[in-house]
Amino acid sequence: MIVNDFVCQSGDAVDTDFSGFSVPLEHSFEVDDVPRFRLRGALQLRGGRENSVYLSQNQLSEKDRSTLKDVAAVDGLYRIRVPRVSLQVDRQTERQSEGYLTTFVRACSLVESHLSDVITLHTDVSGYIIGISIVTIPGSCRGIEVEDEVDLEVFNSTISVVAPVTAPAPETAPYIERMEQEMEKKGKNPQEQKSFFAKYWYLILGGAVFLMATSSAQTPPGGAREQS
Amino acid sequence: MAWLVVRLAISVSLLYAASAVFEDQVGKFDWRQQFIGKVRFALFDTHSQASKKLLVATDKNVFASLNSRTGDLFWRHVDKTGPEGHIDALLMYGQDAVVVVGNGRLLRSWETTVGGLKWETVLDTGSFQAAALVGVQDLVKYVAVLKKSAISLHDLSSGSQIWGENLPDSDSVQYQTIYSGENGLVFVLGIVPNSHIVIVEYKIEDGEIMNKKSVEAAWMSSLESSCAVVSSGILLCVDQITQSLYTLPLQSAEQTEMRQIHLQMLDLEVASGFRPVLTSTQPNPAQPPLSEFFLQLSPDHHILLQFKDGLIALLRDFSPSYLAAFATSGERTVAAVMSPKNDTACSINLFSADTGRKHLDTTIIYHMDPNGGKPNRLYVHAFLKKDDSVGYRVMVQTEDLTLTFLQQPGRVVWMREEALADVVTMEMVDLPFTGTQAELEGEFGKKAAIQDGLLPMVLKRLSSQFILLQAWLAHLWKLFYDARKPRSSVKHEVTIDILSRDEFNLQKMMLMVTASGKLFGIDSKSGTILWKQYLENIQPNSVFKLIVQRTTAHFPHPPQCTLLIKNKDTGLGSLYVFNPIFGKKSQISVPTLPRPVLQTLLLPVIDQDYAKVLLLIDDQYKVTAFPSTKNVLQQLQDTASSIFFYLVDSSQGKLSGFRLRKDLSTELIWEVVIPTEVQKIVAVKGKRANEHVHSQGRVMGDRSVLYKYLNPNLLAVITESTDTHQERSFVGIFLIDGVTGRIVHEAVQRKARGPVHFVHSENWVVYVYWNSKFRRNEFSVLELFEGAELYNSTVFSSLDRPHAPQVLQQSYIFPAPINTLEATLTEKGITSRHLLVGLPSGNILSLPKMFLDPRRPELVSEQSREENLIPYAPEMPIREEWFINYNQTVSRVRGIYTAPSGLESTCLVVAYGLDIYQTRVFPSKQFDVLKDDYDYILISSVLFGLFFATMISKRLAEVKLLNRAWR
Repeated sequence: MIVNDFVCQSGDAVDTDFSGFSVPLEHSFEVDDVPRFRLRGALQLRGGRENSVYLSQNQLSEKDRSTLKDVAAVDGLYRIRVPRVSLQVDRQTERQSEGYLTTFVRACSLVESHLSDVITLHTDVSGYIIGISIVTIPGSCRGIEVEDEVDLEVFNSTISVVAPVTAPAPETAPYIERMEQEMEKKGKNPQEQKSFFAKYWYLILGGAVFLMATSSAQTPPGGAREQS
Repeated sequence: MAWLVVRLAISVSLLYAASAVFEDQVGKFDWRQQFIGKVRFALFDTHSQASKKLLVATDKNVFASLNSRTGDLFWRHVDKTGPEGHIDALLMYGQDAVVVVGNGRLLRSWETTVGGLKWETVLDTGSFQAAALVGVQDLVKYVAVLKKSAISLHDLSSGSQIWGENLPDSDSVQYQTIYSGENGLVFVLGIVPNSHIVIVEYKIEDGEIMNKKSVEAAWMSSLESSCAVVSSGILLCVDQITQSLYTLPLQSAEQTEMRQIHLQMLDLEVASGFRPVLTSTQPNPAQPPLSEFFLQLSPDHHILLQFKDGLIALLRDFSPSYLAAFATSGERTVAAVMSPKNDTACSINLFSADTGRKHLDTTIIYHMDPNGGKPNRLYVHAFLKKDDSVGYRVMVQTEDLTLTFLQQPGRVVWMREEALADVVTMEMVDLPFTGTQAELEGEFGKKAAIQDGLLPMVLKRLSSQFILLQAWLAHLWKLFYDARKPRSSVKHEVTIDILSRDEFNLQKMMLMVTASGKLFGIDSKSGTILWKQYLENIQPNSVFKLIVQRTTAHFPHPPQCTLLIKNKDTGLGSLYVFNPIFGKKSQISVPTLPRPVLQTLLLPVIDQDYAKVLLLIDDQYKVTAFPSTKNVLQQLQDTASSIFFYLVDSSQGKLSGFRLRKDLSTELIWEVVIPTEVQKIVAVKGKRANEHVHSQGRVMGDRSVLYKYLNPNLLAVITESTDTHQERSFVGIFLIDGVTGRIVHEAVQRKARGPVHFVHSENWVVYVYWNSKFRRNEFSVLELFEGAELYNSTVFSSLDRPHAPQVLQQSYIFPAPINTLEATLTEKGITSRHLLVGLPSGNILSLPKMFLDPRRPELVSEQSREENLIPYAPEMPIREEWFINYNQTVSRVRGIYTAPSGLESTCLVVAYGLDIYQTRVFPSKQFDVLKDDYDYILISSVLFGLFFATMISKRLAEVKLLNRAWR
């Protein structure tokens, strides 16, 4: 799994000679639950062997903060979306993105976690972004009142890109190797080469002694019965 | 935790014991039914009087011989599926049956008594047109096969090709039929549509073209459908536009155009819009056909006509008549005609073919099943009785693929339900309680009981106990009564009325939905069909979804099932609601579905009548609830914000999630788009709703617990790459949360190809794919764990599970191809799981899930031994004793259905394909049942012996004590 994390507080210092490209990350939270997406920040994506992503985002305004709290109060949704793009820059030109990938989290959990969220972008094998997910830590809604307005000012986001892992194929080579090693071990170990009697002489001897003992013990002790 | 370890150890140790069936258990709780499919050709063996053989070839590429007295199979040959095994023609002469297979690819001759292959010839390429037996001087020696551009003649006894010739002008002329009379010639008839017909004469001996002529026939578009050969080589055609018959002697050189005979001259008229059909008969291929023939003028109007000296005479007019067929016995040919008698019955009568006179006392009454379809094929078996009169039996095939074999005066000799050869989906429903049990249940169920007060309650309780006692005594009496009778005479007739749930709920009602639109209710214990219902007007490409809305647990409300029938092309659906026990259509008003249905969702929400609510989502994302009472709508409004559903559009690679709003509209909440340029979604599966997982975690070797990631909303999405090159092709596996759209896991299996079969259950997904590099089938298993700590142990919510699960995966080689895959299911999920693998050989393999465990270690350690993990081996074993159906193979197994029973150890299994096989499996052996051969006498005698021994010794001890006291 190729994951590159980068925690970004608020984006004022974005590297300008960044070789990737930038796509907008938009969010929406409305009391009437009809999505109206606004810009939340910019995702700096860089493709190649190691996909990496940086997020530079704006602070929440006074108005946004109160809206978010209102939405949280009615158990509304906080949605985000990114356009469908490829991380491969060369493919970026040949295929213009159409449509967005959206996901959501409950607004209350975002508020209660003080805007600490984990955003994951999932790509397919060829580097297209196929899905986005957002979770907050902690993820629960306990109804804790967030008094301090400062807590809702700045996003504390962790963003990562996840590419598909390669599923393992049947591992024949190590198995055969192990088998061979075992065979060798068997071959080397002289104990395994011993004959049946050599291996189990103590068992046979013990068995014989036991048999003899029991056969001699069969002669009744006699006196015990007369006592009663 | 210790008990968990103990239980695990017990189940593991049990697992290693043989899981095969003992010889004396064969057929005890399992049964198999074999089917053939829709009959396309059926021939009775008229070779000898006593013959019971009926040869059939069907649309399922099955060639079989049926016992015409019992309807059982003598033998059956199942060919390849699809066009490769398609049976084009079936001809029979004497003991030999000649079959053309695979669009004229193979010519085979079968010995009909035992079904052995006599010979097989590979034919030249070319699409098949017709085949006919060719006789020379009253002996049938050859078989001629007509292809699109060639004709070949083969010897009937060895199959060797006598000659093969290319047909003249085959690129412009469509050769369609073949005819051979008595005169040493083979006629090949071709047509240039709406222009002329071409007749080519071949000499039988060497294939020399003797004559070739073309005759004007501007009105004709197809020879096959509008012409027949009657009498001594007269081509007879019918045209509905000019309302006339045309005749042409095939051999005459002088006549160069067809003679027209207006149907009006015979006072006949073709029904408008109906294509008239000619039926002639050629009892012996070495002799010319009879001069009598049937002309069908409308769906229920047949006429028997005779061609004589260039004229056509009317022998008999059958109006109304549904079906007509010729049959020959010895030298006598008869015609059987089926006419409607009343609304529910038809009468079949026999007429002599040459005069049209009715044979006396030959009526067979055919009672039509009110829940079945109309008859559409009639096959007649005529035979000569001792007094030289003609007797006959008939086989009727109906639209719903029922084969009924009747004899005079209407006795049904046997019946076959061939619709069951194509089961699409099925469910198992618990049987209801008996009346007395229900009474007892009802006592507690009624809400009014609380208001009754104490005394009436006691009285009610007493009365119901009395009823139970009565029932028990009656049962005892019956047992006693049956025991006196000899064993053979005690017949266990299964009828709907006596059906009731058994002690362990092992007997259930199997609901089967077939592709032809016929529903069946089958008793799972015996395989008896208890009810059947044919749904008319089902499009052939419909998809079905069967939903159990109310089980039998809610007495006195009857159980209720809903079948969603959806047209694949238009997407329009309809609902059929019925009672699964009796098959009766429910009177409940069903919502009409004006828009295509995209998705259905069965909610755990129940209405006041205990029916689960079914949500149907249409293409405008509007939701229809069924049932949609006020109560339901209120509940839906209350819970709307927690009802989520997903849609999959594989053509755009789009998965989207929706949430229900209070006004039953929906809102889009998440979207995942998998680009179709790279990969295509082939399957999406959630988990089964009735699945129980008993243990939350797995105990590891060091006594810590690894908790399972048990997300009930998890979807397994399987994709296949569009690039099919063996190095670059891959299979993608996505685990997506159906509520939040979060991609929980994403993996690609490189160098892999479909078809992918997979099972998604508990915390694991098992899938099978084809490894295109090594050319073998491979199993892969994915297991998800939360880790050593549970995030929230009380409740699972997709909205509050921020940490991604740990995913473990391992792959294995499976040394056989696979048809289908399913996992066993038990009541409480305590029993270890097995995978049921349907193999193309017809065997069903019960593979312990233990072998598919991603934690199987490379190297054995103390801890892994403690955990009972099997060391990793790349190849999956197949052991013969794991075949749960021993030699009862299931041809072309297409699906396996599993259902829990009342016993935790037992899982009911139904495998269906061409055949149906029902059995029980015990993945951890029968740990909760005493064995059949359990020695009750020994254990009770030991118990009694010990009891008396203690009594006696107690007495002796007392005596001894007394004696000692006296001393």
